[in-house]
Amino acid sequence: MTTEPKNLIEIRNLTHDYGSVRALDDVSLDIRENEFFALLGPSGCGKTTLLRILAGFETPLTGSVELSGQDLTALPANKRPINLMFQSYALFPHMSVGANIAYGLEREKLPKDEIKSRVDEVLETVGLQDKVKARPSQLSGGQRQRVALARAIVKRPKLLLLDEPLSALDRKVRSEMQLELKRLQLEVGITFVVVTHDQEEAMSMADRIAVMVEGKVGQVDSPVDLYQRPNTAYVADFIGDGNFFDGVVVPEGIMHKSLGLLPGNRYGKDISGDAHLLIRPEDMRLADSGEHSIPAVVQDVQFFGGASTLVLSIAGRTAPILVSQPGATSAHRGAMVNLTWSTQKAIILPNDPRRSAL
Amino acid sequence: MSKLLSRFKPLKLILFGTFAFLYIPIFALMAMSFNGAHSPFILKGFSFKWYSILIHDSRVIHGLINTLIVATGSTILSTILGTMLAVGLHRYTKSPFLNAFALAPAIVPDIVLGIGLLALYALLSVSLGLYSVLFAHVVFSMAFVTAVVKARLAHTDKYLREASMDLGATRTATFLRITLPSLAPAILAGALLAFTLSLDEFVIAFFTNGPTSPTLPIVIYSMVRFGVTPEINALATLLMLVSFTAVIIAQRMTRLTEEE
Repeated sequence: MTTEPKNLIEIRNLTHDYGSVRALDDVSLDIRENEFFALLGPSGCGKTTLLRILAGFETPLTGSVELSGQDLTALPANKRPINLMFQSYALFPHMSVGANIAYGLEREKLPKDEIKSRVDEVLETVGLQDKVKARPSQLSGGQRQRVALARAIVKRPKLLLLDEPLSALDRKVRSEMQLELKRLQLEVGITFVVVTHDQEEAMSMADRIAVMVEGKVGQVDSPVDLYQRPNTAYVADFIGDGNFFDGVVVPEGIMHKSLGLLPGNRYGKDISGDAHLLIRPEDMRLADSGEHSIPAVVQDVQFFGGASTLVLSIAGRTAPILVSQPGATSAHRGAMVNLTWSTQKAIILPNDPRRSAL
Repeated sequence: MSKLLSRFKPLKLILFGTFAFLYIPIFALMAMSFNGAHSPFILKGFSFKWYSILIHDSRVIHGLINTLIVATGSTILSTILGTMLAVGLHRYTKSPFLNAFALAPAIVPDIVLGIGLLALYALLSVSLGLYSVLFAHVVFSMAFVTAVVKARLAHTDKYLREASMDLGATRTATFLRITLPSLAPAILAGALLAFTLSLDEFVIAFFTNGPTSPTLPIVIYSMVRFGVTPEINALATLLMLVSFTAVIIAQRMTRLTEEE
């Protein structure tokens, strides 16, 4: 059974300035019902501004935000069916965990027993039943986050915004919370929008990711498509590792000034002139003799247990080339090898001034 | 700090010397208040005699009541106004001038403030009385409350307010349920400070007071003009007890504030 996904949020032509700095530049986005959506980008790309506009803390210069067809732009934060989990959690220090969570429900003037049962229920969902009476200062980082999450979802918002939800946690708690967030999203059936600068975080949790670049949306896609079919060299560089070659587009690939013809795939796109060729480390391999290949020297071998990464250097290029191989490798430092790749997996991308000559 | 002190004996000596300089006169005064004899040079056994004389002295009691009225009234007014001023300054302005002007009355010499206020009252043809002292005290204690509350505001999380709004609270509810409680220790500390400052304030009260309603410090001044009596020692001891308690509570409140 597949139904056409419905849009929950429609963002149209949002532009916003901070003083003379353009934080958002004509951003349009659709966020679907019940999806786990991520806004990904480096700091200063406008993702936090977009989040604050969605929450109602900033009024955009121009453009509109609609939620299921209702225009939200003029609605203040306290009247929106949207809740935000703050990066700092912003738990009220003078209130117990229970009072923190009940706060939002009390503002809706719900009957006391309903508030109590909903607080109990959400505490059970996040696994903190025994902490109702604790103060936020008595909790660990992970527990505080659960309280912040509980406080937001107990309101049963249409949309939950999460600002860098995992950044304040240490590594172990981080991966635990990552699974937990995903489970919760499925369980409560609320649309989640996560803002993050961490591509792994976005890739592992989100159904779809919008990569933001300098106040604009660079590309919106599923994690797999973003990785395998990036639209621009910038997105390709931001998501995962990659080997980039610069050259001029020819029918079979690109013409590199010292390496000659490098075969690649255009994926039906109309690209001409200067271009980049992207090959992911796992799509590179060491060639058997006789194949079309580039001679290279092994600079370093990094063994990670499940996989190894070879760092190679080739003549006429300063940046190293990364080759990822499953398991251990027989190559050793200083060895002469031949490098090749499948044309299918090498992607030709239009010239991007943000990625200068490699 | 303690490690440093234990290693450098001379520093310790200076420390104790300083404290001795500060507190020996005070302790001497306290001791004398329990001395049965009239002269500080004769010791005549432990006695509550001077305390008893003190509470039967109608001038002192009258002055004390006046002082309590002024201190309570000015504390209430300056706490409310000072808190509002601090919140306003914190939220709506970054102007260093406005900030400096808000805190200046705490630093301006009392005598300047006293003369200025007297001139203002004369200009407005306000007859002097207890209330003129009360308002004069509000002027400088408000600056202290503002300073204390502003320091606390600098540490509070602006996201707490946003979180409250995000959870559906109105501005008023946010102020009453989130902002005020997180400021409470600082407000209380500011109020105690205002109270103790008003309690023993002399210069401004001297200028702005009416002839028939002297505050306690003015009563004391008129008593000591002709020599310090042991009765004054007893009164000073009591006043100090009140001030010390208030200051210690205020400090504890500020510490609580910082720990969070």
